[in-house]
Amino acid sequence: MNSRLEVQRNILDFTLSSLLRRKAKNSILILVFTLVVFMLASIIFFTNAVKREAVAVLKNSPDMVVQRLSAGRHDLIPSEYIGTIKEMKGVVSVKGRHWGYYFEPAASANFTLVVPEDGGEDGKIVTGKGVSRTMRAGEGDILPLKSYKGEWVVLAIKGVLKSDSELVSSDLIEISEKDFRKLFGISQDSFTDIAVTVKNPKETLTIAKKIKESFPDTRPILRSEVLRTYDSLFNWRSGLLLLIAAGAVFAFIIFAFDRASGLSAEERREIGILKAIGWETSDVIAFKFWEGSVISLSSFMAGIILAYFHVFFAYAPLFEPVLKGWAVLYPEFRLVPFIDPFQIATLFFLTVLPYTAATIIPSWRSAVVDPDRIMRSQ
Amino acid sequence: MISVADVRKVFNAGKANEYIALDGIQLDIEKGRVTVIKGPSGSGKTTLLSVIGCMARPTSGRIRLSGVPVEGVPTDAGYVETTSLPERFLTQIRRKTFGFIFQQYNLVAGMTVLENVMLPAYPTGEPYSTVRGRAEDFLKMFGLHGRLEAKVEWLSGGESQRVSIARALINNPAAIIADEPTAHLDTKLSSEFMDMMGTLNREGRTIIIASHDPAVCESSVIHRVVEMRDGRVVR
Repeated sequence: MNSRLEVQRNILDFTLSSLLRRKAKNSILILVFTLVVFMLASIIFFTNAVKREAVAVLKNSPDMVVQRLSAGRHDLIPSEYIGTIKEMKGVVSVKGRHWGYYFEPAASANFTLVVPEDGGEDGKIVTGKGVSRTMRAGEGDILPLKSYKGEWVVLAIKGVLKSDSELVSSDLIEISEKDFRKLFGISQDSFTDIAVTVKNPKETLTIAKKIKESFPDTRPILRSEVLRTYDSLFNWRSGLLLLIAAGAVFAFIIFAFDRASGLSAEERREIGILKAIGWETSDVIAFKFWEGSVISLSSFMAGIILAYFHVFFAYAPLFEPVLKGWAVLYPEFRLVPFIDPFQIATLFFLTVLPYTAATIIPSWRSAVVDPDRIMRSQ
Repeated sequence: MISVADVRKVFNAGKANEYIALDGIQLDIEKGRVTVIKGPSGSGKTTLLSVIGCMARPTSGRIRLSGVPVEGVPTDAGYVETTSLPERFLTQIRRKTFGFIFQQYNLVAGMTVLENVMLPAYPTGEPYSTVRGRAEDFLKMFGLHGRLEAKVEWLSGGESQRVSIARALINNPAAIIADEPTAHLDTKLSSEFMDMMGTLNREGRTIIIASHDPAVCESSVIHRVVEMRDGRVVR
């Protein structure tokens, strides 16, 4: 047993020496391999972490949101709907909500305006970090917004939101109900939508049906549907990135296959020498296995570690514009590190294993012939 | 020690370019002696060394090895028939029984002198430090102690030759097989090589050399010259 271990140690020692002989060639290979793993792992880490973040944020959202539709578009909902829904069996609470978008031409940015649950304080707002950054305005400063009539509504910033949920709060402005109505010209008897909380989550669908029957012009949106939409949205976006990455991966496969599978005359000669001086075919295969493993495993580890730092410490600057959203105000939040072992294993099986196999097979083919023939063929 | 009976080696059998390299060789090589296989280019010397050294299998005929135990192979008959052994036993014989010195030296480029010498011992499972110590001793014996860490491509012809001898000896083989060892050496170095072979022979090793160099064939170290022509032993 010890002797076998010693054999593998000796072969590994030879492998490392052998790799060092072709420093430039192997360094380029490791660099390209690392880059490919880094890209794929970054996409996987980022998408998963953002999805988890979104799920965590939506956890506290209402069970159902009821919107009114007019000509197939989202319209303001009359306050009288609230009373009817409240009387439905199983409904715990019904609240009218105010929210909307405000385009700020100076920053070419869209802000999301919401009225907080406590109704807010007239003339004062609380902003998200992104808004604060973009407008260069912090607590105590003034932020003038233009109303639907073209008049300025001057608002004082009384606070900036903390960053723990910056994914959704970056472009947020919390405004009082009165100021909101003034800014957008919304009458007292209407809301943007209605938030409904139900007693038993299993009854959500039944209640949604009832609402739809009572108000055919409404659209109840369940929390589970929102979660699903987020999921598919991020899947779609990561898919888009993966598609781009696929080009790089494909180029790498050709490069790696060419490098790993085609033995040079020099390598074939070396295998001949090794066999002639007493190496078994299995020793040669072990040597090539270690060679492939050293390159692919070190690249894989380096790629994974770099991706981890890129996503969880540097906030994924390379993918941010594609994956985080369409707003100009990219959130600056720290993703909670999360690694899905299954996806890492998949990445491993798609990169390390094929490369190692591509290294071994041609060596095995060279090593099974008589060493005499290998020596003579030079 | 080695008995070659009616050995034939045919390359590209049945094809238009069929070539008979060995044609019914009968030969006995005695243990502890220096035997030279002499003959012009194409006479079959290298092929004969290959089949004796278990680097290639003959097309037909038998090669028997006596007085050399091969792990896992019964030697009740007093000999081992190498021509009927599976590949792993042939590897074992190449590793432990024979040490090879090639015409082109066949050192692994880019590696150091020390690494090249240690190479045949790597698959034996011997501890690294033991093998290294032995390799250093051999290199010291051949005057290469100061060149341990030199890359083999920096060596002169004579130095490369000595490295390949040290490599052939690392597993302490019973026999040394050398194919045209003086082809790239001048007279002085050729003479030095033969002296080294003489020393190894006095240690009890069997030496088999294929060569048509007079410096080898006429050396005082030689016990026997076997002459070959057109794949046959003529004398």
